[in-house]
Amino acid sequence: MTVQLEEAPAVDPAGAPVASGRRARRSARTGLSLGAASGLSLGVVVLWMSLLVLLPLAAVVGKAFGSGWHGFWSAVTQPETRSAVLLTVVLALLVAMVNAVMGTLIAWVLVRERFRGSAIVEFVIDIPFALPTVVAGLVMLALYGSDGAGPDLFGTRAGLAVALLFVTLPFTVRTVQPVLIDLDRDSEQAAASLGASSPVVFRRIVLPQLLPAIASGTALAFARALGEYGSLVFISSAIPFKTEFAAQIIYSKLQDSDHPAQATQQAAAIATVLLLASVLVLVLLTIIERRVARRG
Amino acid sequence: MTTSLLRTRRFAAVAAATIAAVVGVSACSSSSSAKSIRLVAYSVPQPAYDALGTAFAKTSAGKGVSVKGSYGPSGSQSKAVLAGQQADYVAFSVEPDLTKLVPSKVAPDWNSGPTKGLVSDSVVVIVVRKGNPLHITGWDDLTKPGVEIVTPVPSSSGSAKWNILAAYEHVIAEGGTPAAASAYLKSFFAHVKSRASSGSQATQQFLSGTGNVLISYEDEAIAARQAGKPVDYIVPDQTVLIENPAAVTKGAPQVAKDFLSFVESEQGQEIFASKGFRPVLPGTKVGTVEGANDPSNPFPSVKKLITVASLGGWTKVNDEFFGDNGISTKLEGSTS
Repeated sequence: MTVQLEEAPAVDPAGAPVASGRRARRSARTGLSLGAASGLSLGVVVLWMSLLVLLPLAAVVGKAFGSGWHGFWSAVTQPETRSAVLLTVVLALLVAMVNAVMGTLIAWVLVRERFRGSAIVEFVIDIPFALPTVVAGLVMLALYGSDGAGPDLFGTRAGLAVALLFVTLPFTVRTVQPVLIDLDRDSEQAAASLGASSPVVFRRIVLPQLLPAIASGTALAFARALGEYGSLVFISSAIPFKTEFAAQIIYSKLQDSDHPAQATQQAAAIATVLLLASVLVLVLLTIIERRVARRG
Repeated sequence: MTTSLLRTRRFAAVAAATIAAVVGVSACSSSSSAKSIRLVAYSVPQPAYDALGTAFAKTSAGKGVSVKGSYGPSGSQSKAVLAGQQADYVAFSVEPDLTKLVPSKVAPDWNSGPTKGLVSDSVVVIVVRKGNPLHITGWDDLTKPGVEIVTPVPSSSGSAKWNILAAYEHVIAEGGTPAAASAYLKSFFAHVKSRASSGSQATQQFLSGTGNVLISYEDEAIAARQAGKPVDYIVPDQTVLIENPAAVTKGAPQVAKDFLSFVESEQGQEIFASKGFRPVLPGTKVGTVEGANDPSNPFPSVKKLITVASLGGWTKVNDEFFGDNGISTKLEGSTS
């Protein structure tokens, strides 16, 4: 689970400031070679990233294939596991897409519409970030549990989706917002003065500039949803084929004290599949970003 | 706009730092003194061990000794001790969780005492909402439409293992075939509404409104009623005898050994009985047990009581039911 979380921030530098980043990289390639000082700092960065991110990831993947390809395959194709991983990936995609739309909308409202209480909204958006996920789980249970104040979503997939929406809310808002703030409004005004309607201005002028930020926010939300545990564990009933999600299976495998070695290998195998899923989405979104940047 | 963004960021950072500091401080405060026993146990007997600790502190051997308990799912607790969690006294729901610690953490002669290493007994019971609105009388009523069962998950919980064993073996005890027992277990699983991580978490979920039947220990049902919770329980005609082992670890201080002797003594067993456990020491005076269906006869004899020994012992049972190709593993993990 930590796997995705650790990996997620890596998108940020490649994502949000994509246009300027690319330009810088290009000039570096054509321009000066690395000086001694920057060579050293690059070395430190690579070492640091290897120690913190690459090494642990390699260890998990190594463990997953500890008993060969066969062991990996049989672990991830167990019906119960397959169903849990599928549920997790589908839920994460769903939540990421809802976030892409709602997060952009919220960011838009916060930047472009001045209204009373916008500071409070700003503040509320960050709460899911600041809360420990277990507390988020508790909040969900208090509202959507069997004896909660709201509708009983305990042990339903809707309950899982709502909890995921809660914890991933800030991602798209916080990646889109700064881009919107810096957006040059002259071209919008120019387009409007030439007779473009507001939807056209948004689609042709604003959206292309926001797309990289939306994509990176969506990717972050997806990665987070994929590995989420604390906020889901109380609202889920852990029923196989129904509400049992991937991180829960990993946890329960790690708790298996009867066959510890085998269970750990199986847990690592599931983790590797989640890792692959998040890498796949990150790559896809990077490709989209590149396309957009080239067209722009 | 940018400043308010910065401000919220700063607030989040401060909040995170505060939480980290609080967690850090509370983690440090749990240092152990010489006069305490570090107890690591499964989730359900906490009320009993609290009472036992208090009573032990009043004896001459236990003067000034405090029992510091850590409670959780039986399997998880066993794994934690194996992984290095400090413990003087360990108590588990099922025997395999203890034998896993032999010989690395617990001496091989742990079960050579008069009670064979067992400190408490119980039986698997069916807990229902007060007044038994669904009129449940036994196992066969659990697979009727509308029944929603709460039971823990067997990979971590000992309680789950006892429950699954009882559900399956009740069919065999009635003269049914293994095929019929498997069929019953499959339909039992189809009625499970929630799988908690431990026996007490299952109780917690049931009490907060999930499902309408909880499968649990008799002592857990009695403890819930002692605490005034609106539940009733049924002791089925066929059920499994639950036997809970405990031991001191290698290198545990003398007080821990004294505590185990106290737990196994008549006085200790009386305390266990008062909390709803069936005593392991024959002849223990069982007084009135509040919360039992009949407080003056709290532990009725079961018509067909199945023991793990009669099934061939825990090693065999564990493999047969909870191994990778076990009956329970296959049925729980099959497409429903």
